[in-house]
Amino acid sequence: MLDYRLDEEYEALRKTVREFARAEVAPVIGDFYEREEFPYELVRKMGAMGLFGLPFPEEYGGMGGDYFALCLALEELARVDSSVAITLEAGVSLGSMPIYRFGTAEQKRRWLPELCRGEALGAFGLTEPGGGSDAGALRTTARLDGDDWVLRGSKAFITNSGTDITALVTVAAVTGTTADGGKEISAIIVPSGTPGFTVAGRYSKVGWNASDTHELSFVDCRVPAENLLGARGRGYAQFLQTLDEGRVAIAAIGVGLAQGCVDECLRYVAEREAFGRKIGMYQAIQFKIADMEARAHTARLAYYHAAARMLRGESFKKEAAIAKLTSSEAAMANAREATQIFGGYGFMNEFPVGRFYRDAKILEIGEGTSEVQRMLIARELGLPRSA
Amino acid sequence: MNIVVLVKQVPDTWSERKLTDADHTLDREAADAVLDEINERAVEEALRIKEAQGGEVTVVSMGPDRATDAIRKALSMGADKAVHVSDEALHGSDAVQTARVLAKAIGTVEGYDLILAGNEATDGRAGAVPAMIAELLGLPQLTQARKVSFDGSTVTVERETEEGLTTVQASLPAVVSVTEKINEPRYPSFKGIMAAKKKPVNTVTVADLGIDAGEVGLAGALTTVLEAAPKPPRTAGERVEDDGTGGTKIAEYLVGQKLI
Repeated sequence: MLDYRLDEEYEALRKTVREFARAEVAPVIGDFYEREEFPYELVRKMGAMGLFGLPFPEEYGGMGGDYFALCLALEELARVDSSVAITLEAGVSLGSMPIYRFGTAEQKRRWLPELCRGEALGAFGLTEPGGGSDAGALRTTARLDGDDWVLRGSKAFITNSGTDITALVTVAAVTGTTADGGKEISAIIVPSGTPGFTVAGRYSKVGWNASDTHELSFVDCRVPAENLLGARGRGYAQFLQTLDEGRVAIAAIGVGLAQGCVDECLRYVAEREAFGRKIGMYQAIQFKIADMEARAHTARLAYYHAAARMLRGESFKKEAAIAKLTSSEAAMANAREATQIFGGYGFMNEFPVGRFYRDAKILEIGEGTSEVQRMLIARELGLPRSA
Repeated sequence: MNIVVLVKQVPDTWSERKLTDADHTLDREAADAVLDEINERAVEEALRIKEAQGGEVTVVSMGPDRATDAIRKALSMGADKAVHVSDEALHGSDAVQTARVLAKAIGTVEGYDLILAGNEATDGRAGAVPAMIAELLGLPQLTQARKVSFDGSTVTVERETEEGLTTVQASLPAVVSVTEKINEPRYPSFKGIMAAKKKPVNTVTVADLGIDAGEVGLAGALTTVLEAAPKPPRTAGERVEDDGTGGTKIAEYLVGQKLI
């Protein structure tokens, strides 16, 4: 059966988040962005409406929805602003999801209710200063000493890791050597405030300026042995699964940004005049906007398709990579064209398209670069591993 | 406390709102339809009272079939059930007819203690329906409330109008209409959206309420819109050069406009 209509509860959620983004986020986010300030009040409101609990069951304080519901919320937020969207995406898909999926009953009881309410944020420490997409090149170590794990190393570009409400970082660390001589990688929960765990100052970023990103360091940082998340040595497999889902979520953010560019341009070309008429009368402008809409639409179908396979429990690795690649490139292209249509005003921070332009680039980098997505697609097609 | 909340679906204030050329009624195709913002606040107030005191919140609405979206929104915010008066015959009804129909619809809700409404809808802006309903039901009316509190069977309201602030009291049951200052309404959660699908909505016709179809609608309306025109574009305004008499000129202008 081929049917791309969404169930009415998905549509109602999309509409609710759209209203929220329009009424609550749009009027204030520009100032937060310019001041590079984390919008605590918006995050509190997003928590109050249950966005951080979307894909989790009610027994942990969740909304009983699914990952696609999260994607719809991300798309609608990103249509207005990407900083709040990535704060939600990282909070749910990187902060809470690994605990929900791999945690013990006690770990879930302890962390999830607060995370689902958005009163606390979780972060995911995988990337290191010396390696991003190459997750196998991890250098951070954790050594079991009596009843404690002792962590040493550093992590880079970790979203949500340094806010006042950050409760924990799940850290990927090398915990030993496997039988075949490779690295044994495990995930360990490090609560904020643990001695030896230091959050460095904020990065000065090109985009996503109202989101929270830090470098983290661990020097003889001790946490109890029971903070191991999932089975010892399963860390790498856990991250691959987390990242596959995360790609669909990032694709949703890209679609939101791409659609937000169309929204802004439609409004602008109906008002702005050049050479005696509204610029929306010119075919050069109309074709740009038509292409922008086509890119947003195509990318949306790609992420819907990947999400549908995910929800049905089918393999979605290739589809997630295609969605993330298509969507991030659509976002980048639309942001470039939207800025062009706005002309000089597109280069001013007072219009959202300038913010979209700055926020788009990272989508081709974060959670696997476009090159990594192509590599994954090629691999799924059975092509040999290339150098 | 059992509460009835009146809600209305209106054209989104973000879109262009128009009247039809044919009969000067609302052009429902021209704009997106939403639950009126002021009603969201009435629903929010009802939910806060329910959360503090217990009871049940019933949404009552009159409108075409697609008004179910507005009703669903109120239910997904947390209201328990709804009565929806939907009937072709209602097209073009004025404020008095609307109040009569809503009063009958409220009568189908058992054992209510309080009727909450917005003080005026963002589309018609008559601001008269809550007071009319109170008259029809023989209940006290406390309109323009910016704060509502209870003490036993007494409701106290801070009433805010252009003339100032007054405190008014009445015994329950009563009709209270709220202003936009009453609260900040919540956004429905996904859990609320899912739960709303299972909540009962009783859809009734005017005949079900014991009203003759001839008493409602455009033909039987007591008021008629004879003409409608779009708002004129803003004019450039008057420019006053200050040659030392600028202050006087501005004062004269304001006096001329009866502003001072």
